[in-house]
Amino acid sequence: MNISLFVTCFNDTLFPETGKATVRLLERLGHTVDFSPEQTCCGQMHYNTGYQEEALPLVRRFTEIFSDAEAVVVPSASCAGMIREFYPRAAERTGDPDLAGAVEQLIPRVYELTQFLVEKLGVENVGAYYPHRVTYHPTCHSLRIIRVGDAPLRLLRNVKGIDLVELPSSEECCGFGGTFAVKNADTSAAILGDKVRHVKGTGAEVCTAADNSCLMHIGGAIQRQRGGVETVHIAEILASTEET
Amino acid sequence: MKRNGSEPPAFEKTARSYLNDSQLRRNIGHATRTIREKRKAVVDEMGDWEELREAGRQIKRRVMRHLDRYLLQLESAVEKAGGVVHWAGDARDANRIISDLVRQKGETDVVKVKSITTDEIQLNRALKEEGITALETDLAELIVQMAGDEPSHILVPAIHKNRAEIRELFRDKLGLPGLSDNPEDLADAARLYLRKKFLNAGIGISGGNFAVAETGTVAVVESEGNGRMCTTLPETLITVLGIEKVIPEWRDLEVFMQLLPRSSTAERMNPYNTFWTGVTDGDGPKEFHLVLLDNGRTRVLEDAAARETLHCIRCSACLNVCPVYERTGGHAYHSIYPGPIGAILTPQLRGPEDKSAASLPYASSLCGACYEVCPVKINIPDVLVHLRGKVVDHRKSTGGIKSRMNSEHAGMKLMGRIFRSRSRYERAQKLARTAQGLFVRDGVIPHLPGELSKWTSVRDLKPIPDQTFREWWGERS
Repeated sequence: MNISLFVTCFNDTLFPETGKATVRLLERLGHTVDFSPEQTCCGQMHYNTGYQEEALPLVRRFTEIFSDAEAVVVPSASCAGMIREFYPRAAERTGDPDLAGAVEQLIPRVYELTQFLVEKLGVENVGAYYPHRVTYHPTCHSLRIIRVGDAPLRLLRNVKGIDLVELPSSEECCGFGGTFAVKNADTSAAILGDKVRHVKGTGAEVCTAADNSCLMHIGGAIQRQRGGVETVHIAEILASTEET
Repeated sequence: MKRNGSEPPAFEKTARSYLNDSQLRRNIGHATRTIREKRKAVVDEMGDWEELREAGRQIKRRVMRHLDRYLLQLESAVEKAGGVVHWAGDARDANRIISDLVRQKGETDVVKVKSITTDEIQLNRALKEEGITALETDLAELIVQMAGDEPSHILVPAIHKNRAEIRELFRDKLGLPGLSDNPEDLADAARLYLRKKFLNAGIGISGGNFAVAETGTVAVVESEGNGRMCTTLPETLITVLGIEKVIPEWRDLEVFMQLLPRSSTAERMNPYNTFWTGVTDGDGPKEFHLVLLDNGRTRVLEDAAARETLHCIRCSACLNVCPVYERTGGHAYHSIYPGPIGAILTPQLRGPEDKSAASLPYASSLCGACYEVCPVKINIPDVLVHLRGKVVDHRKSTGGIKSRMNSEHAGMKLMGRIFRSRSRYERAQKLARTAQGLFVRDGVIPHLPGELSKWTSVRDLKPIPDQTFREWWGERS
């Protein structure tokens, strides 16, 4: 397949390793990956904070860049959720029927990475090797917006050498919520505190998820506490092999 | 936190003090976890739960599309059955109608069924000003009333109190020095106290869970039987009903009587389900007054993108799964409607000028747990985002220069501009990478200035690596 990578602005700037791992993984599975450097941001931060007017040009931009893609793969459940769930509503807001039509055409071809692997490609064993104790946090948007279900867990269970441990109260939010973490910093910190407690309770060396934003939130608190648990995007685990 | 005329502070300002209340955190954490596990068990046993939710949503959508027609149908059905219908535009109207009715009967005391709608209009306070004492008869409402407190949960108003605190309250207020904190003993004490009140009451006041337009029937579901007492023993019954509570037909109850108890008290059926249609000779009250309350609801109806807020059947399942509510409790919302549903309902009922209410759509991490449990499928995260848009648009149109100088507004404008152009975006990446040098200490960013310090107050920030993904890609190809 010819896959167009939407790496997301967040991964592009802060977590390039996740983008690289996504490319390595998809190529290892025999696919061609393309990256358009015209891409920037999906507009989620603006849209969710109430700056919908500012988000609309970004919706339009994304739709134009990827209109011809065979499949758009996004290593972020949250950004994939923005595109799949909220782009139609945003497009409706512009009152531009051409944009609404283009969005409608495009979104069935936009996939979050793990959903793409399991549901579209039908692959559960990607040939990965990762000899570490790992716990998986199902992020809110992967779970409740784009509904990846157990796709990430199926992929992780097939990783050679992994010691996968269940995270208690895993389905509860980590308290990130984009600008919520700053606008309601105290409440966010209270929610985060419980998530960190659960993560550390598993005795895992690594906490993984399908979103670097939530991982940056959880990992930032663990790092501050010198907690000794690393946060690693699931793409990086799936891209690891015995050779690399 | 009490509302005393002046505008309450924003959610984020008061949340902090509630977050620091360890007793409250434990009480609410324990209670919400318990209810949510029970709810899950009784919902999971239903094979057609999703179909029921969809049916509930469709019925409510129909109600909102034809609200005018169903309300007139309800009015005529209630009057045909011997009831009297009053229309109240706002809280003041409703309170005046009710206090006039009580005065006309020459009564100074009324007994009340738990009703959030009467809390919304602050009926008890209004009656007190007219020299009328309103006694709450639901156990939790009674506790809240005795403590001079305010409810903090839609269904469990005293969720913030534990039994030790309740024992102390009853011991002092009911003069029972030897009272234990056994739940049975506490319930017995309340029962003895209330029984006398029921037998002497001339007027009962209730809210209503549903009102059937077709038949004029009003329904109240409850657990304690106090509602049954209040709606059957007094000679006069006054019911205050938000206009969104009307449902078209009797058979629609089949859907809601399954959705509501499982979602609210996590029961298959409520212990007491009371239905009445006007008045009946020799049975129950001789007079029935139905006060239909707007109080901002038609304003909610006007906004097609947020109208589904009115579908709410007040089950409170969304409160019990909300990570924010679980930690701050209900009082931080400064509204009788707390939690996720309150975060969308309160700002709409109060209008865009209320700054405290305008903070509520932001009191959510948009985790979506509320939408998942809502028995009538209100897409709360979607409405929250829509309302945030209205808050921002309102600020843009009324805030003038001050709002444009606001750091959030300026930052969002700037980021928007950056993301609209590849070259600006790439320049910004490089600039940020250079500028962060001022803040990096031992490989992390432990402190940032301004608003961003709220991030670094409890979290380190990972610095931007030396090479962006796109730079790597450019080198590779």
